[in-house]
Amino acid sequence: MPSKAQLLWMYEAMEKARYYEDTMATVYMEGKQPKFDIGAGTVPGEMHLAAGQEPCAAGVCVHLRPEDTVTAPHRPHHVAIAKGVDLNRMTAEIFGKKSGLSGGRGGHMHLFDPAVNFACSGIIAEGTGPAVGAALAAKLKGSDAISVSYIGEGAANQGATHEALNLAGLWKLPVVFVIEDNAWGISVPKSKATAIADTSQRAAGYGMPGHHVADNDTLALFEVAGEAVARARRGEGPSLIEVETYRYYGHFQGDPELYRPKGEVEALKAKDPIERLRKAMLEGGEITAEEADAARDRARQEVDEAYAFARAADYPAPEEALTHVFA
Amino acid sequence: MSSNRQLTVSRAMAEAIALEMRTDPSVFVMGEDIGTYGGIFGATAGLLDEFGEERVRDTPISETGFIGAGVGAAMAGMRPIVELMFVDFFGVCMDSIYNLAAKNTYFSGGNCKVPMVIMTATGGGYSDAGQHSQTLHATFAHLPGMKVVAPSNAYDAKGLMAAAIRDDSPVVFMFHKGLQGLAWMASPEEAATAVPEEAYTLPFGEARVVRAGKDVTLVTLSMMVHRAMDAARALEKDGIDAEVIDLRSLVPLDRETILQSVAKTGRLVVVDEDYRSYGLTAEVIASVVEKDPGLLKAPPQRLAVPDVPIPYSRPMEQFVLPNAETIAAATRITLGKAG
Ligand SMILES: Cc1ncc(C[n+]2csc(CCOP(=O)(O)OP(=O)(O)O)c2C)c(N)n1
Repeated sequence: MPSKAQLLWMYEAMEKARYYEDTMATVYMEGKQPKFDIGAGTVPGEMHLAAGQEPCAAGVCVHLRPEDTVTAPHRPHHVAIAKGVDLNRMTAEIFGKKSGLSGGRGGHMHLFDPAVNFACSGIIAEGTGPAVGAALAAKLKGSDAISVSYIGEGAANQGATHEALNLAGLWKLPVVFVIEDNAWGISVPKSKATAIADTSQRAAGYGMPGHHVADNDTLALFEVAGEAVARARRGEGPSLIEVETYRYYGHFQGDPELYRPKGEVEALKAKDPIERLRKAMLEGGEITAEEADAARDRARQEVDEAYAFARAADYPAPEEALTHVFA
Repeated sequence: MSSNRQLTVSRAMAEAIALEMRTDPSVFVMGEDIGTYGGIFGATAGLLDEFGEERVRDTPISETGFIGAGVGAAMAGMRPIVELMFVDFFGVCMDSIYNLAAKNTYFSGGNCKVPMVIMTATGGGYSDAGQHSQTLHATFAHLPGMKVVAPSNAYDAKGLMAAAIRDDSPVVFMFHKGLQGLAWMASPEEAATAVPEEAYTLPFGEARVVRAGKDVTLVTLSMMVHRAMDAARALEKDGIDAEVIDLRSLVPLDRETILQSVAKTGRLVVVDEDYRSYGLTAEVIASVVEKDPGLLKAPPQRLAVPDVPIPYSRPMEQFVLPNAETIAAATRITLGKAG
């Protein structure tokens, strides 16, 4: 069972991530109306939001330390927030500003915060190898730091995933692979992309334990992830966790979602994981509604401040494009 | 039948594929989101409804697997069209492309054929950053064994797609996202053109003189044809008469048309949305100089991405991509009219 502090931490991280994404959904449309043009507006380019997937981030990262490495895919904000990435500089990066994490070079799919060992990439499954490498580095250095590699259920069918799982299993490296199963890889449902229903069964093929967390359950994931992280820290090797989660928005903002069954999102929202966690917390009796409200308000204020910071920041000079190609 | 029917590039591509699928049962399509979604960039819209899931197959995110499967199917007598959603993703599956598709004909001494089309989206300009904005023209054109095309408009796209499907060699069909005529991404009006309803092919290796001119030759392809035409229109106001050549294919490369034009104008500007070094711009200039350096009355100019990854932030991205102003400025330099 999570402690009171852990519960509040997860709740706050989830509220922060949700409010961050909902705010982004609005900001993203600035300058794209009445005619939607993906290259126009305050925040141009592709935008993949993770509203509904907050348990995957909070339920795992609650067990992590700054020195642990996390790699995330193209849908990274919730994980970055839970890992403690600098929110002001992350938001400025997404706005393409000079004070962004990478001075505006990377944008939303390429967020790097070495202070908390977070990185993400837009190429599906390509964070798996680097997570294994960071775990190898920790082992060679004699540290008990671990790695967490986040991928979507679609990415579980990419060659890189299988090679990385095997390496981690073979070398007994401290890695936790987390598959966020939001049921869709863009327009392709899991049943039309993956030969088996429960991807965590693949763990057996790579000599590691596999865990399945049903229905976006933050508290169930907290337990499973706690075990996997502790096992990795003890030097006993990797684990694979698949979490059934929800994707509230389209694959990217502007996705017409013609492939999505009507009513699916409404049905998911009716069992919203943040609401569920809050209810469980309050029913547990240790946390009051006032404490929960205070955590939520803190989270929202921090997000508002990050967006204000990003808005006020300057754009980089065009010529800055030419710097930082090499170290 | 109205011959003035206007189609976007994406519609023209889908139509070319449909026409070939109707007449040739060995043609089928596979890729990510090419079925129900109709291709993220619309190149397969409507195909699933007409041909069904057997011949229009959504794949898992497994490029090495399904592009390798394309090679095997092609060698087994089919004519697969596989979509690599963004060319930038070639990194995860290049072995199937350049070590198998591109080499099997040669290594089998001509006894095996790999008649497959790899169609893939290129290009930036909309802040998607350097894992989703490259063109990588030269990366594919450099490696022997693949034909490489990159059309600038719907008419060419339809004819080149039909030719690609009927070709017995692997063809990499590079379409620029910003030319597709999508509802959600700006596209130059001239990219959509009148397209005949019936099937037709265009030969590879035949460049098109988009605009005849006598003072300077602008050589380019794909999106940059439209930027070069904008530049030519601006230059016209200053009394400069630019000839604009759309290469249409990188492999084979129509060196003859380039040489004829430069023989006339004596001045050459090459524009490419790919990286600058070791690329198309150098190849075109070398083709002229190898033939006769005396054709050039002034040093040639080249415009391309200055050997940095494509940055995300708008001011930096716009800075690294060639545009009408930078093309016009480079043209003035070749004419000794730099301001
Ligand atoms: C190698 C590679 N192939 C394809 C893509 C295009 N793409 C981006 S996201 C995506 C779907 C990913 O599905 P999943 O892994 O389930 O993550 P989700 O988007 O559902 O979070 C695809 C196909 C890519 N970015 N990289």
